[in-house]
Amino acid sequence: MAEPILEVRDLVKYYPLTQGILFKRQVGAVKAVDGISFELMKGETLGIVGESGCGKSTLAKVLMNLERATSGEVRFKGQDITRLSGAGLKSVRRNIQMVFQDPYTSLNPRMTVGDIIGEPFEIHPEVAPKGDRRKAVQDLLDVVGLNPEYINRYPHQFSGGQRQRIGIARGLALKPEVIICDEPVSALDVSVQAQVINLLEQLQGEFGLSYMFIAHDLSIVRHISDRVGVMYLGKMVEIGTEEQIYSYPTHPYTQALLSAVPVPDPTGRERRERILLSGDLPSPANPPSGCRFRTRCWKAQERCSVEVPLLAVPELLEGPAAHRSACHFAEVRDVIGTA
Amino acid sequence: MTDTTKPSGARDGGPRLDAVELLGARRENLVPGTPLLEVDDLHVEFATRDGIAKAVNGVSYSVSAGETLAVLGESGSGKSVTAQAIMGILDMPPGRITAGKILFRGQDLLRMSSKARRAVRGRKIAMIFQDALSSLNPVLSVGFQLGEMFRAHHGTSRKEAKDKAIELMERVRIPAARQRVNDFPHQFSGGMRQRIMIAMALSMEPDLIIADEPTTALDVTVQAQVMDLLAELQAEFHMGLILITHDLGVVADVADKIAVMYAGRIVETSPVHELYARPAHPYTKGLLNSIPRLDQKGQNLYAIQGLPPSLLKIPTGCAFNPRCDRTQDRCLVELPPLVPVLDAEGADLPGRHSACHFWKETLHG
Repeated sequence: MAEPILEVRDLVKYYPLTQGILFKRQVGAVKAVDGISFELMKGETLGIVGESGCGKSTLAKVLMNLERATSGEVRFKGQDITRLSGAGLKSVRRNIQMVFQDPYTSLNPRMTVGDIIGEPFEIHPEVAPKGDRRKAVQDLLDVVGLNPEYINRYPHQFSGGQRQRIGIARGLALKPEVIICDEPVSALDVSVQAQVINLLEQLQGEFGLSYMFIAHDLSIVRHISDRVGVMYLGKMVEIGTEEQIYSYPTHPYTQALLSAVPVPDPTGRERRERILLSGDLPSPANPPSGCRFRTRCWKAQERCSVEVPLLAVPELLEGPAAHRSACHFAEVRDVIGTA
Repeated sequence: MTDTTKPSGARDGGPRLDAVELLGARRENLVPGTPLLEVDDLHVEFATRDGIAKAVNGVSYSVSAGETLAVLGESGSGKSVTAQAIMGILDMPPGRITAGKILFRGQDLLRMSSKARRAVRGRKIAMIFQDALSSLNPVLSVGFQLGEMFRAHHGTSRKEAKDKAIELMERVRIPAARQRVNDFPHQFSGGMRQRIMIAMALSMEPDLIIADEPTTALDVTVQAQVMDLLAELQAEFHMGLILITHDLGVVADVADKIAVMYAGRIVETSPVHELYARPAHPYTKGLLNSIPRLDQKGQNLYAIQGLPPSLLKIPTGCAFNPRCDRTQDRCLVELPPLVPVLDAEGADLPGRHSACHFWKETLHG
């Protein structure tokens, strides 16, 4: 667990906003990811949570090199992959795979399951020589708990949960070391979510995978993650172990987020403390100065509008609760009643 | 989808007070506990290319003023179809109500003239939909769409309707309502759009609101705001609320009683606390065990095996039998009726019913 497999340093992704038809000039930028640093350790699951629009999916795309980073580094086993192209990029991509949110649109309806799962082998023939491919695909189907005889079926013949298993099998095909899961269960029925989560956990143990698990469902993230990072408007505002984030949250945003999650247990619902945030997420094209959360924060003071808080361990925090938080007034507050 | 946004209602005559009088009780008489709606043995099916899909197979539930009934179920369980039948917005055909009654204040909505029905819809029973963006008309300002309710139902003038719209927007706490009344739906955020949907549902001060997955498309922080707003408005006006959702967390927060649906039937009903503490149906029990908890780090998640059934081919006997841990021969042939559940001493547990042959073992075992 000690060595990082993926290191992200000051990663920035801006999407330019342009004006004019013939002579396009840039009038601003949507700051989707704005200076994020973290590590993904070998064999761990790092959960990324945040509201829609906070940049978590953009982060996934940049890590996959589906979008070019504006600046910053993504190091896979020490090698910066953001500037790679051609053969170098191809070989790195084999090791970082992705499982998408929507199993209905991420599988080509005109391809059989065998073709979908086997397509990665076309691009990376060294993983499975041509003669072995059918067998390799059937093994993969078996691994994700589908009948290997389904190889000639089409996606529409499967339910949502089964389709997500196909998506996972495709992600596993090239024997990657890192899998980025972008909301892998949010499109599934409640009774099927647990099956897919259990499968992901089982596969992690079996193949020693490292997961980056992006989701908005904080309960699922807690269940599956070893560490959790909280994003707000393109910034990482708090990161720590699952227990540090859920039992000892120090950033006001994390606290608000956690307190808003409905707990499936009506006992004591009248007593439950809920921090209601006012207003909506500001536009990432024009984020507030200083701390980006200050416009919705109840602790905000003069300093917050001037000075950008750094993601660091607050001075007052010691012992097992010590973890990094980007708030000038970071303070532990147990909002879900576990500690 | 939303009938409430269609301008057609405006054209055939002004205020339809006759229908309202027919329904008796006016707004002021809404006393908490007054029975409002009773669905009795409702059956709905859809003709599809592959056969008849039996979406609702004998659903009964009731709601009183001031009460929140949560209808819990996965996609395909029939929870939304039941709501659409109550509202009278089922697509017919292919849908068909084959049996049952929907009594609103004692009158069967299914036997009402379409004119009387229209007077009930929106004015007495209103609905909030999941996807506010596709439920609002993108080319009309929100003020126009909110005001339309008053113009259509009360024949209010345009100017007055706009004032009413501003008032409503303020009531659901949309900031700077006067400036934003002429804005279009796309200019609002998801949470604000859902507030506009709520405002629209509230505009006629209905007795009953049906909220179909009102917060599913929203972030948790916004979800909390919207659910709080709904609860607050309900406390103020004592309307009945049917909350349709698949989220066990949201249900635990707001519901008074719960009906759990599976394959077009109610498999369990219960007051909210009892259901979470001691479920009496294996499906409910499985669901509760399969969701990860925010406040505790569990080890392994229990997973209900298999998939929800196709409505074209609902298993014989108990529909849950292919996925259940307790299945025995009896479950394969005999449809379990929804029976009252008793505690260990044999005393009645008020409000609790289970449609499982082995509810005793599930509840007490």
